Amino acid sequence: MAETKRKPAVGLQPEGDVDWSAYRGVMVVLEQRRGKVAKVSWQLLGESRRLADKLDAPLMALVIGHDVEDIARQAIGYGAERVYLCDAPELADYRTRPYSRVCLHVIRTVKPEIVLFGATYTGRDLAGAIATHLPTGLTADCTQLDVDDNRLLLASRPAFSEKMVATILCKQFKPQMATVRPGVFQALPFDERRMGEIIRVTPPLDPGSIRTEVLGFVEAVNRVNLEDADVIVAGGRGVGGKAGFELLAQLAAALGGQVGASRAAVDLGWISHDHQVGQTGTTVRPKVYIAAGISGAVQHVVGMQNAELIVSVNKDPDAPIHQIAHYAIVGDLFEVIPALTEAVRAARTKEHVPVV
Amino acid sequence: MSAPRFDAIVVGAGPAGSVAAYTMASQGMRVALIERGEFPGAKNVFGGVLYRKPLEDILPEFWKEAPLERKVVEQRLWVLGKDSVVSLGYRSARFKEPPNAWTGQRAKFDAWLAGKAERAGAIPIYETVATSLIRDGDKVVGVQTDREEGDLYASVVIIADGVNSLLAKSLGVHREWKPDQVSLAVKEVLALPKDVIQERFGVEEGEGVTIELIGETCGMAGLGFLYTNQDTLSIGVGVMVSDLQKKKVKPYQVLDSIKQHPEIQRLIAGGETKEYAAHLIPEGGFDAMPPLSGDGWMICGDAAQMVNAAHREGTDLAMLSGRLAGETAVACHATGDWSAGGLGAYTQAVKESIIHRDLKKYRGLHSLLSGPQAELLFGALPQALNDAAYEMLSVDGESKRDKQKRAAALLREAAGGTAGLIGIGWRGWRAMNG
Amino acid sequence: MLHMVVCIKQVPDSREIRIDPKTNTLIRQGVPAIVNPYDLNGVEAALQIKEQVGGRVTVITMGPPSADKALKSCVAMGADEGILISDRAFAGADTLATSYVLAKAIEKAGALWGAPGIVFCGKQTLDGDTGQVGPGIACRLDYEQLTYVEHIESVDVERGVVVVHRHLEDGVERIRAPLPVLITVVSEINKPRRASLPGLLRAQAYQPIVWSTADFEDLDRSKIGLRGSPTIVSKTWVPEPRQVDTEFLRGTPAEVAGRLTPVLLERLRMTQGA
Ligand SMILES: Cc1cc2nc3c(=O)[nH]c(=O)nc-3n(C[C@H](O)[C@H](O)[C@H](O)COP(=O)(O)OP(=O)(O)OC[C@H]3O[C@@H](n4cnc5c(N)ncnc54)[C@H](O)[C@@H]3O)c2cc1C
Ligand SMILES: Cc1cc2nc3c(=O)[nH]c(=O)nc-3n(C[C@H](O)[C@H](O)[C@H](O)COP(=O)(O)OP(=O)(O)OC[C@H]3O[C@@H](n4cnc5c(N)ncnc54)[C@H](O)[C@@H]3O)c2cc1C
Ligand SMILES: Nc1ncnc2c1ncn2[C@@H]1O[C@H](COP(=O)(O)O)[C@@H](O)[C@H]1O
Repeated sequence: MAETKRKPAVGLQPEGDVDWSAYRGVMVVLEQRRGKVAKVSWQLLGESRRLADKLDAPLMALVIGHDVEDIARQAIGYGAERVYLCDAPELADYRTRPYSRVCLHVIRTVKPEIVLFGATYTGRDLAGAIATHLPTGLTADCTQLDVDDNRLLLASRPAFSEKMVATILCKQFKPQMATVRPGVFQALPFDERRMGEIIRVTPPLDPGSIRTEVLGFVEAVNRVNLEDADVIVAGGRGVGGKAGFELLAQLAAALGGQVGASRAAVDLGWISHDHQVGQTGTTVRPKVYIAAGISGAVQHVVGMQNAELIVSVNKDPDAPIHQIAHYAIVGDLFEVIPALTEAVRAARTKEHVPVV
Repeated sequence: MSAPRFDAIVVGAGPAGSVAAYTMASQGMRVALIERGEFPGAKNVFGGVLYRKPLEDILPEFWKEAPLERKVVEQRLWVLGKDSVVSLGYRSARFKEPPNAWTGQRAKFDAWLAGKAERAGAIPIYETVATSLIRDGDKVVGVQTDREEGDLYASVVIIADGVNSLLAKSLGVHREWKPDQVSLAVKEVLALPKDVIQERFGVEEGEGVTIELIGETCGMAGLGFLYTNQDTLSIGVGVMVSDLQKKKVKPYQVLDSIKQHPEIQRLIAGGETKEYAAHLIPEGGFDAMPPLSGDGWMICGDAAQMVNAAHREGTDLAMLSGRLAGETAVACHATGDWSAGGLGAYTQAVKESIIHRDLKKYRGLHSLLSGPQAELLFGALPQALNDAAYEMLSVDGESKRDKQKRAAALLREAAGGTAGLIGIGWRGWRAMNG
Repeated sequence: MLHMVVCIKQVPDSREIRIDPKTNTLIRQGVPAIVNPYDLNGVEAALQIKEQVGGRVTVITMGPPSADKALKSCVAMGADEGILISDRAFAGADTLATSYVLAKAIEKAGALWGAPGIVFCGKQTLDGDTGQVGPGIACRLDYEQLTYVEHIESVDVERGVVVVHRHLEDGVERIRAPLPVLITVVSEINKPRRASLPGLLRAQAYQPIVWSTADFEDLDRSKIGLRGSPTIVSKTWVPEPRQVDTEFLRGTPAEVAGRLTPVLLERLRMTQGA
């Protein structure tokens, strides 16, 4: 890997003499809405466990909400040693002001050296506010984390439409903060025997100061959510039209996944832009990515090359997509995809239908 | 709000339009320069040779600041056979100081030239398509654009919107070009390191070579080219649209086959395709030129078919016509006479200029290119010439006299006998000197 | 009158940036500078509110002198004024330093045309790509913060409330907040308009207001530019393309499907009754 090192510049200096030595441990701010925890929170606990072990420091979690004690217990099962729990009716809905007040209070009293958030809409909203208040540095959208011998957080993130990666440090302030992309790290297997401590925090809230009000939440039923999908069945120009995408949708449904597309297919109007994967579309990291009738142009590949398992279906044996696929099928997608759909359906029925 | 009004509107910020706008704006006229591209040159295509003379007359020593690629110190003509080439070249130190011509890239050059017009005071109106002319009776009084509240008015509209000229068509002065009045050119820009280019073409830093290619165009009337830029090569081929239609060949197939030629391969090997573009070239010549001016309007450059195909000169004639139109407008601005009569001075100026003289000289070329001889000229003859050269130059125990005879016979045969050869020579001479 | 400020940034069109394969550095040459696309959604949102309830729109950018072009294109769309905050001392700013300067500038603009009732930012930039500047500004101005807004349902200037829809991963949140607010917008919110011809001509002649450090009375020098930035880019690199051992599956479609299906299901752990 060719690297360009830059001379670290002198960053913002804290006011007066600040002794940061009291700051220890890694804290993950968990995200939940109406009791449903964002998957990235557990993934973050998994990766943070590694960091905390390396630092020989505690792994902590912060849970904010109403009636969320159960989540605090789950956090222990996913690796947290200490869970700070702030539970109050006025915290039922996420709102920036009260949530950031709670976070600030906990961070200032507990003094973790690293605080991590999921790079979700809510995580970014909250982290951005907190970092400014503290103040401290905040690295967005990280895909790699590590710590060095000086207990510095090495937060790495893609830059320039995924073409480069930059490692970012925050030397002068604690805690060191980062938001982390969903789907990058692995959660630890849930283990209910893990031991941990739950510490209740009284929210330092003045209810009069909470002036925004959540009027409602409408769950999106058919929202394309490629970022969170485990399986993506994507099609390109080779799919030939809307009817072809129907075939892909059937396979996606059988696998419990979503349909993706190359820009060529989107530009041709066969499928809407929110399905587009790649440089000008979404960057995805599913467990399985099936590329059908896609040539494998770099602009597409940058958006999907980090899928765990890539399957290519293309009748051209020289199509570049085959080179980055784990399983390559040189064949006609109009034959291969339906055959695959059928086989998956058959296998799943066998699994799930109870033996009489 | 009343619609904006200018002294002059120029449509198209190519070489013709930008020079016209510059000429007028630098004389204090209020000029609007309309261009549909994101910026001037954004989508413009040409082979790549820019000449000193026409622009020097307007912007002395422009080359010291203009974004140019390499000064052309050597020009070659390659007659391609299937796997061989007969080459003719001219290299001269006299091309160096001052340079006669440069290779260039339109995206940079056009943007720079239009910038000159802007700095002289022309108002840039980019990413805007002029959709039609606004008329008051027979008089052109403005331009309609595709923006909201998009009408613009002026005393004169200079039409410099290139070969497809929508506006000249809407004016009724020219129709859709016939397939034998335009050729379709495709071009690729291939990236190669500077030193590799200099070594392969035998030139120093900042110096370049142009190669024109005849033959291997699938028997169709057309010319190829290969030019050196700083760290890219421009390679392309233009073929008569009528021939493409007749032979049902795609233009990129022609380019691909030229790129496969072993002698070309050697020069472009390793080049990574950076751009790919296609564009029409006017080939109608003198006889296809529309009327150049009328009540409230003038036409310049490609929109008026001002291209000398034999010498791949187009930008120079475009700039010259742009200047003449600009100068005419400045004169009319002084007198206030924007009538067909007043603007007729432009038509007259073009007639007296090199544009008319050169295009007239080559007026026969068009019928030669579009006539039945094309297949012979661009297919059989180049191959025969290569075969003849092979005969003459290979040492195989035969006497030179016999070899010469055979070489001559090969050419004669290709041309359909002695009479045919003489006929082609005569027609060719007439085409260039008509 | 409702004063709205839109923070916009001129960015290289990162979609067009390539990497030099030999040196592994960015090829920025010839990459067009554009207004960050989401910021144009912010401008459009402000203009629509202005059309509905009246008011004025100021666009602000911090950047090099050449960023005046970005302001002009917003003025062409219909913004009333454009302010360029430009000084070498501002260079090298991360999101913390950027939001500090922008907040100062918004206060200063407020002194000229009234404290802004709504500040708009894009959801994120193409180059910085953090989405942190908006929350940073809200925090410094002590405004309510409404991020990832995909629809503005109502703006009631008299009562001082807005109702917006926030775009979240799994749905849409409807939220009411008291003015003043900072709103960051996603591209779903609207389609930025194309400038009208008179707008374009006005922008041609328009000279943006330029503020340097000297124009601010109470700027804390330690909080701007590189010095004011706690984060440090220690290195950048080009990730190696992933090497995979490709296995070509051969046979009839049914055979291929038979081979692949267990692999897929295993990978998805569906066989464990998920
Ligand atoms: C600035 C920029 C940004 C871009 N951003 C993106 C982006 O975000 N996402 C993106 O996808 N692209 C993007 N592109 C475009 C990208 O470069 C490619 O053009 C595009 O990905 C090609 O799509 P495709 O593979 O579907 O089409 P093609 O390249 O036309 O490939 C179709 C493939 O289907 C195969 N095929 C045909 N019929 C069958 C059949 N019956 N069975 C099996 N195989 C078949 C063919 O062999 C061929 O390989 C971008 C380009 C630019 C310049
Ligand atoms: C492949 C190829 C190779 C060539 N090689 C050479 C060469 O080596 N040397 C040379 O001197 N000449 C060469 N030429 C010819 C030369 O490019 C043209 O003659 C010259 O560019 C003509 O200039 P112009 O200003 O008249 O038109 P153009 O350069 O075509 O400019 C017209 C401008 O008008 C704009 N426009 C068009 N319609 C509208 C509208 N409705 N509204 C607003 N804007 C509009 C276009 O975007 C464009 O910018 C070549 C041409 C081609 C295609
Ligand atoms: N230099 C800047 N000048 C003005 N606005 C900015 C600047 N940087 C960021 N912004 C605003 O903050 C938003 C988020 O930027 P970022 O945090 O860089 O992703 C952008 O969409 C802009 O609205």
